[in-house]
Amino acid sequence: MRGIRRAFPGVLALDGVDFTLRAGEVHALMGENGAGKSTLVKVLTGVHPRDGGEVRLNGSLIHPASPQDAQALGISTVYQEVNLIPGLSAAENIMLGRLPRRWGRIDWGAVNRRAELAMGRLGLDLDVTQPVGSCSIAIQQMTAIARALDVQAKALILDEPTSSLDAQEAQNLFSVIRKLRDDGLGIVFITHFLGQVYDIADRITVLRNGKLVGEYETASLPRLELVARMMGRDPDEVAALESARPADAAKTEERKPFLSVRGLGRRGSIRPFDLEVAQGEVVGLAGLLGSGRTEAARLLFGADRAETGSVTAGDRSGVPGSCRQAIAWGLGFCPEDRKAEGIVPDLSVRENIALALQARRGVLRRLSRKQQTEIADRYIRELSIVTPDAETPIRSLSGGNQQKALLARWLAADPRLLILDEPTRGIDVGAKFEVAKAIEELRAAGMAILFVSSELEEVVRSCGRVAVLRDREKIGELAGPDVSAQGIMATIAGSQPKGSTEAEVRL
Amino acid sequence: MKRPAPRLLTSSPPRLLMPLAALALVLLYDALTMPGFFHVEMRDGHLFGSLVDILNRGAPVLLLALGMTLVLSTGGVDLSVGAVMAITGAMAAGLIARPEGFVLAGLDLHGSAPAIVAVSLVAGLAAGLFNGALVAFADVQPIVATLILMVAGRGVAQLLTAGQIITFEHPGFQFLGSGFVAGLPFPVTVAAAMFLVTAALSRGTALGLFVEAVGDNPTASRFAGVNARMVKLLVYGFCGLCAGIAGLIGTADIKAADANNAGLYMELDAILAAAIGGTSLSGGRFYLSGTLVGALLLQTLTTTILTKGVPPVLTLVVKAAVVVAVCLLQSPKFRAVAGRRFRREAA
Repeated sequence: MRGIRRAFPGVLALDGVDFTLRAGEVHALMGENGAGKSTLVKVLTGVHPRDGGEVRLNGSLIHPASPQDAQALGISTVYQEVNLIPGLSAAENIMLGRLPRRWGRIDWGAVNRRAELAMGRLGLDLDVTQPVGSCSIAIQQMTAIARALDVQAKALILDEPTSSLDAQEAQNLFSVIRKLRDDGLGIVFITHFLGQVYDIADRITVLRNGKLVGEYETASLPRLELVARMMGRDPDEVAALESARPADAAKTEERKPFLSVRGLGRRGSIRPFDLEVAQGEVVGLAGLLGSGRTEAARLLFGADRAETGSVTAGDRSGVPGSCRQAIAWGLGFCPEDRKAEGIVPDLSVRENIALALQARRGVLRRLSRKQQTEIADRYIRELSIVTPDAETPIRSLSGGNQQKALLARWLAADPRLLILDEPTRGIDVGAKFEVAKAIEELRAAGMAILFVSSELEEVVRSCGRVAVLRDREKIGELAGPDVSAQGIMATIAGSQPKGSTEAEVRL
Repeated sequence: MKRPAPRLLTSSPPRLLMPLAALALVLLYDALTMPGFFHVEMRDGHLFGSLVDILNRGAPVLLLALGMTLVLSTGGVDLSVGAVMAITGAMAAGLIARPEGFVLAGLDLHGSAPAIVAVSLVAGLAAGLFNGALVAFADVQPIVATLILMVAGRGVAQLLTAGQIITFEHPGFQFLGSGFVAGLPFPVTVAAAMFLVTAALSRGTALGLFVEAVGDNPTASRFAGVNARMVKLLVYGFCGLCAGIAGLIGTADIKAADANNAGLYMELDAILAAAIGGTSLSGGRFYLSGTLVGALLLQTLTTTILTKGVPPVLTLVVKAAVVVAVCLLQSPKFRAVAGRRFRREAA
C-alpha cells in the first residue's frame, strides 16, 4: 500500500500512509486509538474506498470495492468483535455463503468435512456441528479465523484478536498464527498489548494521527522506543525530557487517605489492582490507550461491577454497585467520551451543570430555576466557559467548553473524590490550561482527584503520584521525584525481561 | 433577482408555531365554510357549540397524550393506553352494575362514585406500573413491553366484563362523562386539571429534568447519578393513571363498558398529539403546551371532517394528510431542503 489517503468529513483519517506486508511474516500494526489502524485495514479490505494512493497485491494494482471483493482476492479479515451467528454450528459459520450444493440441496456431509479440514489446519479437532454460541470465545475466534481461511487466503488481518482471550488462549492463538505464517501467509496483527507484539510480530508499522511514523524490525525496536513512537515523541527527546516538578511527595505521607482500593478487578476489564488517593492529592493513572485506565475508573465509580476486591471511601466501604452508590460515597466521574457519556446534548448548559447536584438532592427537592441559574452563572464565570448564555443547548458549545461545563457539573455536586478521565482530550491549549488550573485549585481546597490522561506532560504536571497501567494491569506506581514522562514510559516499556534491559541501556 | 427564502421554511420557528398555525388554519377554514361554527351559546347554564364540543371530545386524547408525552420523552412509548382505558372502564362499569360473573363481584362499594373511581384508577395505575417495571427493571424494549398490555389488556377487560358489554345507570358516576362545571363539560375540567397537575409534577419537581436527561442521553444521566429506573417507573405509572382517567370518562359518557372498542387506536392519537407538539419520539425535550395544541388540532380536524360530511371512507386519509404536512414542516431537514429548493427556483 502506497500513499494511502482517506478523508472523513472534518478529519483526514489517513494521510499518505505506506504499508507493506510480505508473505510469510507477522506484521504488527501499532498506534493509539484513532491513529488510523482500523481505517487502513478497512481501506485494504474494501470497506472504505480510498481517496488517494494505490494498493498492490503481488505487484498488480487492486481495487477491492467490498469485503467480499477483497476476500475473493485473498485478503481476509477477522474483526475485533467476533462476527459469528451464535445459533449456527461452527461448520455452518465457516461455510456460510458458500455452502456446497448437490442436486440443488446443501451437501451437509461436505460442509462438515470441509469445516473439519479448515479447523484441522488450525490444529483444532472438535465437533464442528456444535452451535458456536456454546463454545468459548477462544474457539469462536478460531472459528472466525477458519472461516477467513477457507477461501484461498494470501493475507489475513487480525484486528485485536486477543482482547477477549486469557493468556493461555492467546498463546494457543499465537501457535496457530505461527503455523499459518510458516505456511506462507502474510498476517497483519493489530493489538494494544505490547508484550504480544514482541512475542509474535516480525515487523512493526507505527501509525499516529493518520500518518505513518515508520516501519521497523521488531528485533531492532526496543519497547521504550516503540512506546515513544506511538506517543509521537522522538526517543532522543524522551531521554532529555526532564521531570517538571519536584513534587510534594513528602506531604503526601501525612495526608489522610480518602479512597483506598484493594484488589478491585473484573475479568476482561482489568486485573485486580490497589490504589490510594488522599484528600488534597492528585493521583494519575497513566498508560497507553487501551491499557485499562478507563476500565479501572469505571470499576471505581460503579459503572461496571467489580468482580473482586473492595473500595473504601471515607467511612464507607464495599463494592460500588452503581454510579448512584458511588456518588453517595462522595465520588464523581467525568467520563472520557464526552459526547456519548458526558453531556446531555439537547439540554441547556444550566441544566447540564445542575444535573448531578439535582440527582443527588432527589426528585422532590428541586433546585429552583433561580438557584440553577446562579450555580450555572457562577461556574460559567469561574471556569470561563464560553457560551452565549446559560440557556444555550450544550451541544452547540465547543469541546473544551463542554468539558468545562462537565467539570462544573461535578463541582456543583461537590464530591470528595473526582475521577477525571481524559479531561483534556480534544480541547485547545487555552482550555487545557484552564482545566489544569481548576484541578490544582480543587486539590488545594482538599479534594482528592484521580487524573486519567494519555498526555504525559499533563500527568507529570498535575500529579504527585502516578499509577502506571499496561495490558489491563497495574504494573507500578511512581511518586515524588520519579514522576516524569521518562519514568512513566520506562515503566510501561519495562519490567518484562525482553524489553527492560534495552530500555535501561537507552536511558 | 434573488429573493430570500421565506423565513418559515428556513429558520427554526418557535416550537409551538407550526401546530398553532395548523390549528388556526383549520379553524379559519371552518369559520369560512361553516357559518355558526364559532357560535357558542349558553343553555341552562351550560355552554354549547362546536368549539365546546371539540374541547369535550378532545379531553380523553389530551389526557392520554399528557402521560404519553412524558413516556416519549424518556425515549420510550406506551402502546397500552387504549387497552388500559378499556380495563378501567370495565372495572368501573363492573363495580357499578355488579353483573353475574364479575370478577370483583364481592367488592360492594355501595355505589359510591368516588370509591368506584378510586378503585378503577388504582387498576390504571397498576397497569402503568407493570409497564414501567418491565421497561425499567427487566430492560424490555418499551414497544415490546407495552405491546404485551396492549394485547393482553383487552383480554383483562373482557375477563372483567365476562365478555359482555356492561351497561349501567349511575347519575353520580355519569357526571364524569356528561356533567358540567362552571358551564363547561366536566371532562374539559378534568383534562385542564390534569394538564396543570402534569405541569406541576414535571416542572415543579426535578422529574421533568430527569425525564429529559434520561431520554436524551441515558449513559450520561446514569453517570450523573440520575435514578433512571425510578424515573421510568414513575412516568409509566403516571401514563397508566392518565389512561385510567380517560377510560372512566369514556365509560361514563356512553354509560357502558365495551372491552373491545373502548379506547381502540387511541394510543396512536396520543402519540401523534405529542409528536405534533414537538416532543421527539427518540426522547429528550418534551413540550406539554405543544401536546395540548397537538391534541386540540387532532380533535378539531376530526370534528371538522365529521361535520363537513366528508365520506367516512375518506376521513382517515384527510386526517393523515394534514398530520403529514404538520410533521414535515416540523422536520428541520425537510425545512432545509424545501428552503433550498425555494431559493433555487426564486433565483
